[in-house]
Amino acid sequence: MIRAENIFKSFGDNHVLKGIDFTFETGKTNLIIGKSGAGKTVLLKILVGLMNPSEGHVWYHDRDLTQMSKEETRELRMDVGMLFQGNALFDSMTVEENIRFPLDMFTNRKLKEKVERVNYCLEEVSLGGINKKFPSEISGGMQKRVGIARAIVLEPKYLFCDEPNSGLDPKTAIKIDELISEITKQHNITTVINTHDMNSVMEIGEKICLLDAGKLAWEGGKEEVMNTTNKTLEDFIFASPFLQRLRARALGSD
Amino acid sequence: MNPGFLYHFGKFVQWFPQIFSKPENGRMYYKEVVRQMYDIGVGSLMIVFVISIFIGAVTAIQFAYQLGNSFIPPYYIGYIVRDMAIIELAPTFTCLVLAGKVGSNMAAEIGGMRQKEHIDAMEIMGVNTSSYLVMPKLIAALIMIPVLVSISALISNFGGYLASVATGYYSHSEYVQGLRSFFVPWNVVMMYVKAISFAFILTSVSCYQGYFVKGGSIELGEASTRAVVYSDILILIADYIIALVLTV
Ligand SMILES: Nc1ncnc2c1ncn2[C@@H]1O[C@H](COP(=O)(O)OP(=O)(O)O)[C@@H](O)[C@H]1O
Ligand SMILES: [Mg+2]
Repeated sequence: MIRAENIFKSFGDNHVLKGIDFTFETGKTNLIIGKSGAGKTVLLKILVGLMNPSEGHVWYHDRDLTQMSKEETRELRMDVGMLFQGNALFDSMTVEENIRFPLDMFTNRKLKEKVERVNYCLEEVSLGGINKKFPSEISGGMQKRVGIARAIVLEPKYLFCDEPNSGLDPKTAIKIDELISEITKQHNITTVINTHDMNSVMEIGEKICLLDAGKLAWEGGKEEVMNTTNKTLEDFIFASPFLQRLRARALGSD
Repeated sequence: MNPGFLYHFGKFVQWFPQIFSKPENGRMYYKEVVRQMYDIGVGSLMIVFVISIFIGAVTAIQFAYQLGNSFIPPYYIGYIVRDMAIIELAPTFTCLVLAGKVGSNMAAEIGGMRQKEHIDAMEIMGVNTSSYLVMPKLIAALIMIPVLVSISALISNFGGYLASVATGYYSHSEYVQGLRSFFVPWNVVMMYVKAISFAFILTSVSCYQGYFVKGGSIELGEASTRAVVYSDILILIADYIIALVLTV
């Protein structure tokens, strides 16, 4: 469980987060949703400690990330995996070397065992056999999956994904969502996903946090989304004219 | 002095000690040191060779010109080329050029990793990136740059030989006699003090510029340029201070 407590974040006069309280549950896919520029990435970076909040606390169970020393933070990060919006794959390394990097750095296992673990993780994301390819030689969707494989190679307890399906076609996007959701269930991970993709919300949104104007505008599960009366959430869901027409028709024919 | 300098100096002093933490994994650091030694050492051999030939040759020609028909014995030419190279030209010239080659490369490599979020990705894994990305470069530079400077000093003498003996102005025995005269071992100590100091300056300045880069490709280019310019200025200042301190 991770709890954000009264998080504020400003960049000069730009007040991005204005008091966020939210609990991210273990074994669930927790979603942070909101428009572009709502502060999703900033919140995620604060949750993992890549940015410090101007005010507030981040609790990993009973330990406060914002009060930890650098060494304590690094120790906690042994349990953290993250998928970056731009993948952040090391481009001068092969896929295998990328996924093996955390193993090389933090374990004393033999090469053979490490490669076995890499292959297992690659299978997990349905990419067996691309070990020797470089990131630039594979598609965007495959890069995302390699990113996921690298994030889970050390069996993290916490998984963070920043826009895991941005830039992907709808079908691939859904596959990635399902993959993350499966991994979450299988290993009982606390997963936090940033997204503005409604498909993701309706597929895997077990606990959803809607950011708007720096505040928590709505929270709940995907079952509650359709029946919402929350204006901000409605605006967010039915942003496209197409969906608005669809809804009008559905309501009209009622 | 402008406040930007003080700001960066303070930030640098705060950041620098983080480089010296216990490696997460000795083997990974070792591998990185070896890769950097190869890059810096072998990668710079050619340029060091070329500039050293010219250092020696130009020193010889200029000295011959000043010598003219004076009373100074001709064999002094070997002595002058040797000491000019050892005391000043080999360490300083080589490191100024290496700041442009190795320093800008380090700044661009680390800066690119910062911009592509590679550094964040490593931090999330729990890697101390200040240490992993900088310490191996620093160790490699502190070993390889003095080696390159030694090679430079040696080849400079050969360059002087080419310019004075091979062209027929001086005899082989004159030049060699000069090389063997008035040798002061202390000058070699001075050369290594300079080489090590300059290696330290150009690596730490360049890595700092790369590590804290923001923005995009324009900023990366600027950081890489700053790495070279600041390294060069600091190398020349250090050169002056070392000369003052070690020659009294
Ligand atoms: N490092 C930064 N420095 C200054 N402003 C930032 C920084 N990171 C994000 N911001 C600002 O924070 C706001 C939210 O950005 P972000 O979290 O990236 O939005 P999104 O919800 O699309 O991920 C934006 O207005 C952005 O300009
Ligand atoms: Mg974002």
